[in-house]
Amino acid sequence: MSVPTELKYAKSHEWIRLEADGTVTVGITQHAQELLGDMVFVELPKVGRTLAQGEDCAVVESVKAASDIYAPIGGEVIAVNAAVESSPEKINEDSYSAWLFNLKPANTAEINGLLDADEYEKLLESE
Amino acid sequence: MLKTTPLNAAHRAMHAKMVDFGGWDMPLHYGSQLDEHHSVRRDAGMFDVSHMLTVDLRGETVRQFLRGLVANNIDKLTLPGKALYTCMLNPDGGIIDDLIIYFLSESWFRLVVNAGTADKDIDWITLQSRQHVSDLTITPRRDLAMIAVQGPNARTKVWTVIPGSKAASEDLKPFQSVTFDNYFIARTGYTGEDGFEITLPVDEAEAFWHKLHVAGVAPAGLGARDTLRLEAGMNLYGHDMDETTSPLESGLTWTVDLKSERDFIGKQALLKQPVNQQLVGLVLLDKGILRNHQKIITQHEGATGEGEITSGGFSPTLNQSIALARIPVGIAAGEQVHVVVRDKQLAAKIVKYPFVRNGQALI
Repeated sequence: MSVPTELKYAKSHEWIRLEADGTVTVGITQHAQELLGDMVFVELPKVGRTLAQGEDCAVVESVKAASDIYAPIGGEVIAVNAAVESSPEKINEDSYSAWLFNLKPANTAEINGLLDADEYEKLLESE
Repeated sequence: MLKTTPLNAAHRAMHAKMVDFGGWDMPLHYGSQLDEHHSVRRDAGMFDVSHMLTVDLRGETVRQFLRGLVANNIDKLTLPGKALYTCMLNPDGGIIDDLIIYFLSESWFRLVVNAGTADKDIDWITLQSRQHVSDLTITPRRDLAMIAVQGPNARTKVWTVIPGSKAASEDLKPFQSVTFDNYFIARTGYTGEDGFEITLPVDEAEAFWHKLHVAGVAPAGLGARDTLRLEAGMNLYGHDMDETTSPLESGLTWTVDLKSERDFIGKQALLKQPVNQQLVGLVLLDKGILRNHQKIITQHEGATGEGEITSGGFSPTLNQSIALARIPVGIAAGEQVHVVVRDKQLAAKIVKYPFVRNGQALI
């Protein structure tokens, strides 16, 4: 299983991409989607909501179980991916393109505290 | 150390995702639980159900013994091969297990019990037999494996795999069985589809599994088994019922024979207890997924009541969330309730179940 090197990761299995415009995009990792199995429901935060780092802000549900999604960093929700709400299976197909929401960071220093690909891979090995 | 079925290596060779299911190392799915579900509804799928236990009861008094042991009326079984679904109750009317009993001869009945309850079932049956009859032999058959082949094309595919079995089994009606060669073939299942449950010697199980696979039967795991049985409105022991619940409050009144003179363990308790709750079907009207143990709030004739989801999930056939739930009696199909899901109250409609039978939506 490959872990994209250009992304950052949270210990709770979200991936984070820093965009050119300074916003961050959040999704769940391949490992997370594989553990959960076939996705059937996604609930995303409202655009405009301000999230604190670590706040539970979305839910992805597979046939098997519901899983909370935590904000990897704090910030304001500026966009959500309506396509995964209408077709949750997109997460199973490619979890790195099926993003969940886009944030305007409150404090960019929080991004530096996230895991890089090597560190995330080590976390997966230890689990 | 997890217990394994004779098909454990076969599951692993098929890249099954294995899980601990009540102490058994069992396949959850082989890639996609949804695909497996649809295979069973549309074509044919196979489940390893060898963790369930076949128990043979032999003796001249076996019928008399079963009259007292189980809540359904064993005297409904008059033709050899016929099967009966029933609960086995404790003296308080709680459900020790639900099981299928096959009538093979006047001195031989076969029970198939749940995996998680098998040990306590054997203990209970042994205790009761010591108190009531003398000649009964109780034989747990761990020398037998069981494979459920389910779906509209299941029987046809089985016939291609067991030469000569068609003539022996094509006239079986639901809940009838026949012994053919080394195979005990029953037209039963836990999916709401046509098909067979086939019991065979442990050392033949893997070869038979592979032949079925070659014949186009898709392997299906416990995940699909659960969504299929939920759509079919079939209770799951330990979720929709247990030792603290009465069959009369678990949607199983149809399996309890209170009419005949016959006494059975739990009968007196059932006759005395008021029936305050019922098991109903729910269809979620709002977006989301119903899950086990979510709380239900009911409004009926001005009174607020509470209930609980006993089995909830996503229905792949209906493409929406459904559940079985225990709520106060008096609330009827068509009425709405609210389900507490995280920080919200979602609207759900009470429906008569099954939700799906033979590939067709019924709601």
